[in-house]
Amino acid sequence: MVAESLRLSQRAKEEIAGYLFISPWVVGFIAFTAGPMAISLYLSLCRADFMTPTVFVGLDNYRNILFHDPLFTKSLANTAYYSFISVPLGIALGLAIALLLNAEYFGMRLFRTVYYLPSVVSGVAVALLWQWILNPQFGIMNALLAWLGLPQPKWLFSEQWAKPALIIMSLWGAGGSMMIFLAGLRGVPQELYEAVSLDGANAIARFRSITLPMITPTLFFTLVTGIIGSFQVFTAAFIMTAGGPNNATLMYVLNLYNQAFMKYHFGYASGLAWILLFIILALTLLVFKSSAMWVYYEAEVKAGR
Amino acid sequence: MAYVHTGAKALTRPGRKVTASRQAVRALGLVTRYLVVAAGGVIFLIPFLWMLSTSLKVQSQVFTWPPQWIPNPVVFQNYVDAWRQFPTPRFFANTITVTVLSTLGQILTNSLVAFGFARLRFRGRNLLFLLVLSTMMLPDQVTLIPLFAIFSRLGWLNTYRPLVVPRWLGNPFYIFLLRQFYMTVPLELDDATRIDGGSYFTIYSRIVLPLAKPVLGVVAMFCITNYWTEFMGPLIYLNTPNKFTIAVGLRLFQSSLGVQRVHWMMAISLVSILPLLLLFFLGQRYFVQGIMIQGMK
Repeated sequence: MVAESLRLSQRAKEEIAGYLFISPWVVGFIAFTAGPMAISLYLSLCRADFMTPTVFVGLDNYRNILFHDPLFTKSLANTAYYSFISVPLGIALGLAIALLLNAEYFGMRLFRTVYYLPSVVSGVAVALLWQWILNPQFGIMNALLAWLGLPQPKWLFSEQWAKPALIIMSLWGAGGSMMIFLAGLRGVPQELYEAVSLDGANAIARFRSITLPMITPTLFFTLVTGIIGSFQVFTAAFIMTAGGPNNATLMYVLNLYNQAFMKYHFGYASGLAWILLFIILALTLLVFKSSAMWVYYEAEVKAGR
Repeated sequence: MAYVHTGAKALTRPGRKVTASRQAVRALGLVTRYLVVAAGGVIFLIPFLWMLSTSLKVQSQVFTWPPQWIPNPVVFQNYVDAWRQFPTPRFFANTITVTVLSTLGQILTNSLVAFGFARLRFRGRNLLFLLVLSTMMLPDQVTLIPLFAIFSRLGWLNTYRPLVVPRWLGNPFYIFLLRQFYMTVPLELDDATRIDGGSYFTIYSRIVLPLAKPVLGVVAMFCITNYWTEFMGPLIYLNTPNKFTIAVGLRLFQSSLGVQRVHWMMAISLVSILPLLLLFFLGQRYFVQGIMIQGMK
């Protein structure tokens, strides 16, 4: 009897301790996530500038955003362009570097540091640096192109080249995904390579038949986080171009920032935020759904046998 | 190309015949790999070198075509001049304050919360953890405007509270990272501590926390680099220059100095990332290893 009640109180104690341990997150979730989300949803249905009284306007904001706002369309198209090119290129580059550095030869550790460094120092300093690198008159990018005998675009000053310029700059941060791929490559069982080596498979065959399928979970992870991150790009566009020229680099979040903190259209900007959430959710869901076709999980196969 | 790894192992394996020509092919492969890696490494370093080079030039050399790599003369005075343009020591002190307070908060709360999710059983645990994971996908912009309004009502604008306080209440990404690690610590250790009369907090502080040092190091490194370079938050919540962090301070440099003072801008940008470079060089072995260990799970 005594033992019984003790065991029960043990369970209860653990339960209370569990809630206590996670309580900071619960408080944070209610105060800084769930609460603000509810307010944001309400604000998106209002005209709000926080100076005059907030007026409920129903779906007006959404109607205006979706059907009457060229800046929304432009910024969404810009962001999609940026995202759909920079994410795959960044993943390919990160994977290529990881494959090269995935060996314990002399100096590889140093090179890992060199490639990873740019992603450590991102932000305003990097944006200012690239603004100077891409300077059409005095920057080294065009000096390099001139040396190679290639045409020298006006980069950030040209409607056509401003987005590619931001994409090139983003690739400098490929060291982040390189690090994740290095971790993924560590998880590939070496016996598999030895087995196909005996069959005389060459490097390309080994990559296609073993490496690539085994790292699909890592590819999946970098794809999802890459999409989420690139749809929220802000600092580079804000610092380097302020959205120009002619809105060619007006990114979605920059437009949202302008609507909220320049024009004080807080209700409208809240609507933009919710549309962004749905876009990100839809894209993530799409990748998740498609993953059944191309992501290979060892555990699944084992269970299947 | 990962085959070289296995190949090297196969070489030393007894009973396997390796011909001289195959060895030559391997050697050639290795040389090619080094060449490609080194060339890429140089390309990745060039922007930093260009920053350094520009920061040491006189103005007339900044604007020459073709660009000159070696400054002549070398002007260290640029750093002094740039430093004196604005209350730079203030910017640094402010950045350190925000970074240290935020990082401490993240390490403490996330390690507690992750412990709860990883090692204690309570009703609704799985559902709540699913909620943690789903908030990872939520773009910050959705909560940005209400938070701005709330902080404004509380009179927190132009203070560091909007930047620091939320970070004492958990972050889904770090909770997930730490939980994954805590899950790998054998549960028998918990039972042993319980039998000896230790509380759950003892298990956390004496058993799990010491083992988790490398992962906590990774979290600290992520936090420090993120908060040191953070821009949108300080831009929105701070409005007087003496409160600015270095990221918003750099923006002030940019808007007031313009393109004419690029050499100063490069000098101050380089100084602004120097603490991060230093920290990374000192801690890179643990940091890089920590990330790789984490990625495997």
